[in-house]
Amino acid sequence: MPDGLPDHERIEEAVRAVLSSLAGALTSTEAVLLGELEALGREVARAKSEIAALRVDDINASHIPAATDELDAVVEHTANATNEILDACEKLEALTPRLSGEAAEVVAGAVTRIYEACSFQDITGQRIGKVVAALKAIERRVAAVTASFAWAEAAPEPREAATDLRTEGEKLANGPQLPAAASSQAEIDRLLASFE
Amino acid sequence: MDKSTNVLIVDDYKTMLRIIRNLLKQLEFDNVEEATDGQEALAKLRAGQFGLVISDWNMQPMTGLDLLKEVRADARLRDTPFIMITAESKTENVIAAKQAGVSNYIVKPFNAETLREKIAKVLTHA
Repeated sequence: MPDGLPDHERIEEAVRAVLSSLAGALTSTEAVLLGELEALGREVARAKSEIAALRVDDINASHIPAATDELDAVVEHTANATNEILDACEKLEALTPRLSGEAAEVVAGAVTRIYEACSFQDITGQRIGKVVAALKAIERRVAAVTASFAWAEAAPEPREAATDLRTEGEKLANGPQLPAAASSQAEIDRLLASFE
Repeated sequence: MDKSTNVLIVDDYKTMLRIIRNLLKQLEFDNVEEATDGQEALAKLRAGQFGLVISDWNMQPMTGLDLLKEVRADARLRDTPFIMITAESKTENVIAAKQAGVSNYIVKPFNAETLREKIAKVLTHA
């Protein structure tokens, strides 16, 4: 068997060698098996050409970097907008000493609600960070697939570290949960109370 | 609740630091300092006198949980009230924080009343 060929080509080479040795002396079962092997070979070839047609190298070269850049821009724009909102709120808050009691209370209450609402920027930023991490994981997998078909020179997927050196805090840092999986403040309060 | 308490707020999102600082100002806490990760916070805590820490969890290079453990392991800092304000809302996170000695735990997004209530509770028990 020729050395230096990718694994899938070596397998095909071996199948061809086996099939040629069987030619002319096949039972009906062997003939069925031969047909299935041929069909499998055609499926492999079709899958290869379909994957080639996907131009997976483009995914790493442009699509994923573009997507992560766009997401970074979303975070930056929302941060800027939030800071503008906070600037305006701080100006309003500075006016409250000059307002009458009831008006000052209404403005202060509204400003508090805006501060509370602005915390969305932290949550969305963390959620977008998780999406970027997922995209980077896809990028690594695509690089591994591309390398295995030898269409492009791509670095192999990095091996997992033998030992996980992360602290407990880092291991448990997963960012915001989706609403269905998240605990509410009331549930957390009950959990904390159960320790007392 | 002693409003003259020195408060250290820790979060890697500058906007969140600003929001918490403004909410604390509304609660009449004027002595507020900021840090953007656990390491910076620990250095400030060791150099100063703080009566309350309000910290995020998910930060690099030192997380809020690791900061909490360092605080509880430090003879001078170990009794400092420590409130975690975080988007980490899984039960395992809350349990890990409680086991590490957190004084209270607020899940983001939060409201001003929850912040006031938790601060009042931890400062009363301090």
